[in-house]
Amino acid sequence: MSVSGNAQDGRGRAPFPPRWVKRTGMTLGSVAITMLGLLFVTFLIGRVMPLDPVLAIVGERASPEVYQRVYQELGLDRPLLVQFWFYLQDVLRGDFGTSLLTARPVSEDIARVFPATLELATLGTLMGVLLGVPLGVLAAVRRGSWIDQIARVVALVGYSMPIFWLGLMGLLVFYGILGWVGGPGRLSIFYDGMIEPVTGMILIDSALAGDWTVFRDALSHIVLPASLLGYYSLAYISRMTRSFMLEQMSAEYVITARVKGLSERAVIWNHAFRNIRVQLITVIALSYAGLLEGSVLTEIIFAWPGIGSYITNALLSADMSAVLGGTVVVGLAFVLLNVFSDLLYKVFDPRAK
Amino acid sequence: MTTFARLLSGAALSATFIATAPALWAETPANMLVVANRIDDITTLDPAENFEFAGGDVLRNVYGRLVNFDPLDYEAGYQPDLAESWEVSEDGRSITFTMREGVTFTSGNPVTAEDAEFSLRRAVLLNLTPSFLLTQFGFTPENIEETIRAEGNMLTVTTDKAYATSFVLNCLTATIGSILDKKTVMAHEVDGDMGHDWLKTHAAGSAAYSLVAWKPNESVTLQANPDFYQGAPAMKRVIVRHITESATQRLLLERGDIDVARNLNPQDVQGLDGAEGVRIHEELKGYLMYASFNQKIPELQDPKVLEALKHLVDYEGMANSFLKGQWTIQQNFLPQTYLGAVRDNPFSLDVGKAKELLAEAGVDGLDLTIGVRDVQERMEIAQSMQNTFAQAGIKLNIEVGTGKQILAKYRARDLDVYLGTWGPDYPDPQTNASTFAYNPDNSEEAQNAGILAWRNSWDADDLTEMTDAAVTERDTAKRVEMYHEIQARFRETSPFAIMFQNIEQDGIRDTVQGFTTGQAIADASYWKVTK
Repeated sequence: MSVSGNAQDGRGRAPFPPRWVKRTGMTLGSVAITMLGLLFVTFLIGRVMPLDPVLAIVGERASPEVYQRVYQELGLDRPLLVQFWFYLQDVLRGDFGTSLLTARPVSEDIARVFPATLELATLGTLMGVLLGVPLGVLAAVRRGSWIDQIARVVALVGYSMPIFWLGLMGLLVFYGILGWVGGPGRLSIFYDGMIEPVTGMILIDSALAGDWTVFRDALSHIVLPASLLGYYSLAYISRMTRSFMLEQMSAEYVITARVKGLSERAVIWNHAFRNIRVQLITVIALSYAGLLEGSVLTEIIFAWPGIGSYITNALLSADMSAVLGGTVVVGLAFVLLNVFSDLLYKVFDPRAK
Repeated sequence: MTTFARLLSGAALSATFIATAPALWAETPANMLVVANRIDDITTLDPAENFEFAGGDVLRNVYGRLVNFDPLDYEAGYQPDLAESWEVSEDGRSITFTMREGVTFTSGNPVTAEDAEFSLRRAVLLNLTPSFLLTQFGFTPENIEETIRAEGNMLTVTTDKAYATSFVLNCLTATIGSILDKKTVMAHEVDGDMGHDWLKTHAAGSAAYSLVAWKPNESVTLQANPDFYQGAPAMKRVIVRHITESATQRLLLERGDIDVARNLNPQDVQGLDGAEGVRIHEELKGYLMYASFNQKIPELQDPKVLEALKHLVDYEGMANSFLKGQWTIQQNFLPQTYLGAVRDNPFSLDVGKAKELLAEAGVDGLDLTIGVRDVQERMEIAQSMQNTFAQAGIKLNIEVGTGKQILAKYRARDLDVYLGTWGPDYPDPQTNASTFAYNPDNSEEAQNAGILAWRNSWDADDLTEMTDAAVTERDTAKRVEMYHEIQARFRETSPFAIMFQNIEQDGIRDTVQGFTTGQAIADASYWKVTK
């Protein structure tokens, strides 16, 4: 009895701290540790790379005096850990330093280039999901049929075709020959600067401003690079969806559902598909995160000023403030997507609650 | 209708929407010039700091200088710009400029001798990378009040020696000679930086254009200055867009979305041959492609070995194949179009002669490493050299890296052989003579990494003295002779195999007239462009 009584007392008392506070605290702690580790490793790589950040500023023809002065100004004469400590303090204040390449605060640069990538990656992922998931499901359900063959070819081409080549061909055909879409860049030059940045994503900003001419121009410029990224995303997502669905379709509960006389549609969507949602979330999140890193080649071909080419240029020019700032943002995007995925797991999978 | 069919219909509708969207512009507006260029080298727009190509193009159109080049007549040499005339003192050390009356900055402030004094003094005081262009005349933070002086409408500069006048004036045509609006700049001064931070991203000039915006790695926008003293430019707006890919530039040009494509590779230049509405515009530029041989390696110190190596480069083969149209043979350190340039190109691929010379020098089986930046044409040149060197028994290992990586090794004297380019800093022979044929201190401690001779551990023999003498020779004809002699000696004795001079091939719309990239001596200018 006493045991039972204690148990009842335990159920009646609210745990301290509350479970949600504990969970949130653990999540935040894990995010902070991940970010700190990421920052330190990137900082370390930046310092041991055979690149000279001083040369990036002063140029190869600078006198030794000028070189030495800038070397000290950058704090490179201090021990590595001290340099990292000072950098960390600045980052915690929201100061990522000034980019050597753009002469602007890194935070300002990131605010300019990340929305460009976000816009492109989001549209690409949407295309990948909206087309890839149904294609994967259909390919699994009609295994061996012509739809399955198409899905395989789509995936194979997506995996094997160099994005650089496909991008150039896309530009040549749809922009150069047919003239269906806008050329490289986010906007035609005539509309450049016409929209005041709010989110930095031109489609949204032009819609907010009610400027549909600019919206259509931006759409005509983004549709090709987004389709290209969407295609690669589609290839991955459809292949994974097919694989997940095949596994579910041969499960006993699906056979049971069919024996019960449920319609094929209900079997597929209400039973089999429901059970692959958690796995799909992981696949889609990974694909989206990959695109958020910035697809450098796509950005180069389409003159898209995104974070991928920003970080790459910075890295090649020893602009370590920019590299670190960019890495932190991309890393943060990864971490937040993971957290978001975890939340979705709990929504879709009762066992995770 | 199944889900899949609904999605397919949606995709078809989207495609229809795009297909029926209003036709995109077929060509750029008549009063706007749109240029595609790689502009990721712009890191600052402060004339006291800028030392890169794309930034130089911007600043040439934004800032006036005391003397400047006429974009339609470079052969005439420097001409009056914000200074309408000048006089040289009898001892040759002072030049007094008379400022042009009635010229204003884009802010509306008048251009005065005080602005010119401020601009030159500021460049010396800030002591940033290109400051050597002025400090080489003996200007220092301590003496500028005496050496750079404004008085009324006159500006006098007094150098430490009697240099050739052409040398001083040519240097003042460089970006660092830009005349800034003192009032505007000093209104943005922070912590005594003389407006440096502000000028990195803004401009305060008096030339044909004002800077509207520089979006890094994206675009530069210039707006015509209606009050430009030479007359308002026909192109009311100039937009330079950052497009890295040659194929993309070509597509844009053919579609008429840009007027000028500045980074076309030879394949795309060929591809444009006969294209409707497009022509190829060529200009000889100042960049030289060269290989150099580190004198730390004992075998490479032998003049016969150096001569042999210069005979192991297939100059013609490369110039007529993968470099066709973009590089021309030039085996001297002064680019064509420079004062004192010569066309003597005595070296050609001659494996037999090279073998003989190597045998005479007693060298058999050298093993060298060549540092090459990861740029297609340079890697191809290195591969060609690897092939021809091998024919004489020399193993050339190719080390490919980014520009910064290879340069860091070169500057540290750690490369056996370096392959790269060199561009002159100002349109005077001294610019290249003082780096290729000049090395006053070859010791490790000197750390003169800015001097190419030092980077190759070469003491430059008596060419250092000859170069010093040429830069102070006031008789221009005699000065030219001196450079001819220096170059003849250089070809024979130096560890440099100068190979090619760059030709810039731009794709340009037929309607565009008066566009120039500045040839070997200046930067691009837009104010004479018409369409």
